[in-house]
Amino acid sequence: MTNLIRRLRERGVLAINRRNAQYTLIYNRRGLYPLVDDKLLTKQLAQANGIAAPELYGVIEVEGQVEHLPEIVRDREGFVIKPAHGSGGEGILVALGQINDKFRKQDGRIITLDELNHHVFSLLSGLYSLGGQPDRALIEYRVEFNPIFESISYQGVPDIRIIVFLGVPVMSMVRLPTRMSEGKANLHQGAIGAGIDIATGRTLGAVWGNQPVNEHPDTGRALAGVQIPDWEKLLELAARCHELTGLGYQGVDIVLDRDKGPLVLELNARPGLNIQIANKAGLLPRLRKVEAEHDTLTSIAERVAYAREHFAVSAA
Amino acid sequence: MSKAHLYVLAAVLTALGLGIFIYKVYVLNLPLSPRTRSEVWNVEASISFTAKGGPVKLSMFVPTSTRGYGLVDEHFISSGYGLVTVMENGNRRATWSIRNASGKQSLYYRAGLVRVRTKAPLLETERPKIEAPELNEAALQAAKALIAEIQAKSADTPTMVAELIKRLNRPEPDENVKLLLGPQPTLKKKVQVAVNVLLVADIPARMVSGVRLESEKYEFPQKAPWLRWLEVHHKKQWISFDPLRGKSPVPDDWLRWWRGPEPLVHQEGGDKLRVVMSVSPRIEEGVVSAVRRGEISEPVLLRFSLFSLPVRTQAVYRVLLLVPVGALLLVFLRNMIGIRTFGTFMPVLIGLSFRETGLLWGIVLFSALVALGLGVRFYLEHLKLLVVPRLAAVLTVVVLLMAAFSLLTHLLGLPMGLSVALFPMVILTMTVERMSVVWEERGSTEALISGVGSLITAALAFLVMNVKLVEHLVFVFPELLLVILAITLLMGRYTGYRLADLYRFRALAKS
Repeated sequence: MTNLIRRLRERGVLAINRRNAQYTLIYNRRGLYPLVDDKLLTKQLAQANGIAAPELYGVIEVEGQVEHLPEIVRDREGFVIKPAHGSGGEGILVALGQINDKFRKQDGRIITLDELNHHVFSLLSGLYSLGGQPDRALIEYRVEFNPIFESISYQGVPDIRIIVFLGVPVMSMVRLPTRMSEGKANLHQGAIGAGIDIATGRTLGAVWGNQPVNEHPDTGRALAGVQIPDWEKLLELAARCHELTGLGYQGVDIVLDRDKGPLVLELNARPGLNIQIANKAGLLPRLRKVEAEHDTLTSIAERVAYAREHFAVSAA
Repeated sequence: MSKAHLYVLAAVLTALGLGIFIYKVYVLNLPLSPRTRSEVWNVEASISFTAKGGPVKLSMFVPTSTRGYGLVDEHFISSGYGLVTVMENGNRRATWSIRNASGKQSLYYRAGLVRVRTKAPLLETERPKIEAPELNEAALQAAKALIAEIQAKSADTPTMVAELIKRLNRPEPDENVKLLLGPQPTLKKKVQVAVNVLLVADIPARMVSGVRLESEKYEFPQKAPWLRWLEVHHKKQWISFDPLRGKSPVPDDWLRWWRGPEPLVHQEGGDKLRVVMSVSPRIEEGVVSAVRRGEISEPVLLRFSLFSLPVRTQAVYRVLLLVPVGALLLVFLRNMIGIRTFGTFMPVLIGLSFRETGLLWGIVLFSALVALGLGVRFYLEHLKLLVVPRLAAVLTVVVLLMAAFSLLTHLLGLPMGLSVALFPMVILTMTVERMSVVWEERGSTEALISGVGSLITAALAFLVMNVKLVEHLVFVFPELLLVILAITLLMGRYTGYRLADLYRFRALAKS
């Protein structure tokens, strides 16, 4: 066991105690958490700062407004309903389209307006929010996912998680939905995480659960070597989120829309640690490097360049 | 910066907690273990007499703290009488007096005495002056002859006293002894003779009267017979001798009441005097008698002890003070081992309720309740209820299940089932709710892992909190919670790997 501890130390694997004590507790001011915990606030902030995010169609704040739902989604080809305070992808309903007053869900099932309303009611009563406090429902643009990921994901929209520390992107992975995760892009629900080389934007190995995998379990395609388009732009978008929220250590979730390019989906003040398994690398050496040298980096372009230079797979 | 601050704070808290703890253990003698019981003895004297109508004065020897026993409390019940206690010649004497009394009078005295175990050496005293005993010529000659015999057979004063006692107790005593003792001597007479013989031999000696505080016999209160024994001055110390066996010193459970040949009671102005002595043990927890002893010298710290609270409140704190201990264990299990539980402190509270049900039954009942509650909760899921009404519904079902369990086990004749009522139902409800949510969202495996983790944590918390020593320590020495606080603070800065992390990231350890 001491051997195991030593190896993990050598690799600089960041575990939860240290992440909390030395990173999130120190670099993330408590007062800033609502900016990322409330997705409505995040979205408004992003819009005000010109950061691309899925367009907001409407907000339902109290039960009385649920009757406006058909109005909000009228003429929308597809839409997404999500809780403002949701966690781990819970309570997100994706409608691909509507036929008369019925809606087609992502998994192909048809639901009625009543069922849709019930989902919103439960969401408002706090079913999906942390601690069960009353919540708000966000109705927003449904991302048309980029065909690049078609071969390595099952339904759902893959998203790209970038850990940004003091404005410098330090590690990244793409989260690929599987049949097991029911189209959701969350690792604990069974999605696959594939590490991304910060320098090139090319996928590396992947992790499913806590174990490495090489092929997508549903499509059988190799997970490594997929080039993510607009990589430079993605890194810049992620780096800008540091100024957006003021959080020193955050996870930026970005989706690639077929037409609109990279869109910031949400931010996370306590990003998970499995990204290290997906990248087969520990976060600590990178975090320490940034901690020591971030003073010299002023512009966003500099920070991105720094990341691409120092956190390339060969260099890591 | 903040880390040094933390270490200083933890060190200060630990020093403060341990400092008070050590002071209480070594200076105030509070017992470290709950089994330290000290016997407190009630010694009572009921005095009754008939007053002749006029002034009455009655004085009686009362005990003082001795080497073996500390006087904890005493009560004088004597309506209408004036009371004075004075010290004279090392004895304490209480004097009741009244200007005018007639008819039957009764006075009452009670002392509480606690056994003290002291290792201090005997006090040194100067050799007292010897007053020659009043003996007639025949007795004096007999004594001198006896002295000559026993001196020949002994080396020093103690062996001489032992030899003397042996001779006084022979079934067929020799002529000299017979002369001194007279026919059918009482114990008191024997001791008096021994004292006189020793005085003639120029050895300071005196009689001691007292009672025996027997710990084997429990058919108290009984009339206590007076014990008499001998004290002999040797090498600047008074040494006691058992006048029947000649052993020195006398046993621990002999309580000295007074010294000297005088009778217990002196009375003027009454007759038909009757004094009944009784001894009864009063077993108290060691802590209580330590606190009582403390109250006499009034250390401020004990004023603030939890023992000054009403007993019912004390009972509450006996349990409440255990919670931080359970919480410390929880911190360890969660942040160092990485066990997952439902709710932060739920396992500690469940562990507390196991104290009432017992571990095995507690686990069985808890698992059964949660399983049934989960079944109902899954059914309610179909009804698509809003959150608060659904929680209320689950709570109602949990209460009904608890009642059903109690009833069922009662009918089956299993008494343990009744204790299910002590489970915190709101905690149970939240456990059911959280478990069902995790079950739906993250799958049964996650839910069961956290469920089993909660149970294991609750069982461990129970095992720690159920140790009588732990309960005793935190209640008697609540300052130890400062040490627990310090440890908790230090664990709050533990940034190393959890045991579970090693498993989680094991793929990264492969090169």
